[in-house]
Amino acid sequence: MRFCAASDQSLLVYLGNDIGHAAHEQVLHLVHAIESAPPKWLRNLQPAYCSVLVSFDLGEVTHHDVEVFVRSLKESSRQGSAAPSKTMEIPVCYGGEFGPDLEEAAALLSLPPERVIELHAATLYRAYFLGFAPGFAYLGDLPSQLELPRLSAPRKKVPAGSVAIAGKQTGVYPFATPGGWRLIGRTPLTIFRADREPMGLITLGDHVRFRSVSKEEFRRLEDA
Amino acid sequence: MTSLLVEVPGFLTTVQDLGRPGNGVLGVSASGAADPIALQLGNRLVGNPPGAPALEMTLTGGTFVFPEGAIFALTGADFPATLNREPIGEWSTHHAPRGSKLHVGATTNGARCYLCVAGGVHVPLVLGSASTHLLSGLGGFHGRALRAGDVLQLGTAPAILPRYTIHSDALGKLKPRKILSVTEGPQESWFSAEPHSDFFESSFQVTEEANRMGLRLSGPTLALAHNRELVSEGTPLGAIQVTPSGQAIILFVEQQTAGGYPKIANVIGADLPSLGQLRPRDSIRFQRVSFEEARAAWLAQQQLLQSEKRLFA
Repeated sequence: MRFCAASDQSLLVYLGNDIGHAAHEQVLHLVHAIESAPPKWLRNLQPAYCSVLVSFDLGEVTHHDVEVFVRSLKESSRQGSAAPSKTMEIPVCYGGEFGPDLEEAAALLSLPPERVIELHAATLYRAYFLGFAPGFAYLGDLPSQLELPRLSAPRKKVPAGSVAIAGKQTGVYPFATPGGWRLIGRTPLTIFRADREPMGLITLGDHVRFRSVSKEEFRRLEDA
Repeated sequence: MTSLLVEVPGFLTTVQDLGRPGNGVLGVSASGAADPIALQLGNRLVGNPPGAPALEMTLTGGTFVFPEGAIFALTGADFPATLNREPIGEWSTHHAPRGSKLHVGATTNGARCYLCVAGGVHVPLVLGSASTHLLSGLGGFHGRALRAGDVLQLGTAPAILPRYTIHSDALGKLKPRKILSVTEGPQESWFSAEPHSDFFESSFQVTEEANRMGLRLSGPTLALAHNRELVSEGTPLGAIQVTPSGQAIILFVEQQTAGGYPKIANVIGADLPSLGQLRPRDSIRFQRVSFEEARAAWLAQQQLLQSEKRLFA
């Protein structure tokens, strides 16, 4: 465990160095342990692959106090009751107008596009954390045969519902936002809605699987 | 209930309070007033709790009608305003009779001003806050910026309220800054020594890409000492992240909550409200302070914001 002041009112707690299940289990444990009895100085928790950003009330505590608190949790191995994780199935129409980068990605990977789809849809992913935009889940691990760097020039606007890949990660853009990941398909599902409970389809620690659907089924699901 | 009618909305007018921190697990950033100092002072002028929901106007103001009358205050950047065609000042309590029309012009200095009304603007709370999160359409008035013809409900106002003005000494101390104090970022050591001194010795310009999500700056190229990839991690409010092309972006109230760009520095809490008053083409500089200095500045600011005696003339 390593600590680093990120701002005058936040502390980064590193629980590992890389994307992987071992570090992420520790991230989940720490988040649940803090959430099970949140101290009153706590302002926010932002989990990520192998770190948790803990934001605090500057009037109440210092970085040192927060570090002592986190260490004491680890030692007592206080466990919160983790919400049971669910498995979500996300329908995706791959390629064509919905996945404008599929052909190029396939060429760069020296794979036929059908094989890219097959590999992407055959994997059970873990929702490592949510960030970037409300409801955007960082999903991994992408099969190593599909690993590609981000686009060198990010798009100014990615359509909502776009399914994308980058490095070891895959994800679904909940809103039309700028984005540098490669777009291989699109889902007709609304990933995040403020007037729905829960607002996001995917929550921390969930498992996600993609299912390839035809354009017709996409339209049907979109209307539903 | 009393109401407020939007006749002309202005460039970007939204309902904001002090935001909804604590939803990082959902990937939802706090949002809230871009200049929370102006919001809090405006609310105090009309007898509201400091974080009551109010209207945040951006660059150009709007025209509003109070059919039943209202007690209000305008705070923030310099937006010339009239009440029933009579010029009125900012940072003071105003009483609008029934049917009054408030016209707020375009800014002459700074980016945002706040219209705080006694009783507060009444919208449903989402995740405990009234603030609008524009990107996700969450909170505020139907999750969006105000449009002509919108009618907002106002909370109950006190029958009588004294007129207050914020003391000029206090305003001087709380004035938005263009030299922003920063603490070291978690990846500060990733940057080579030379661009690193560039960071503190050069001025940066706010580009047109400056909004509630972030402020993209133009200035010297900030190069990494070694080509390294950062595993995405949580990003604090005010983080100054550097893109692969060496340009700096300051993350703001509707920020992405995590990211993979290295962060060279972070704007201190006491100077975050100043970010809300920056406009495209403004020139800014960064000044390095210790975490102890940042904390002292924040505590002093909070003390001033809570002191009736020092705030009100």
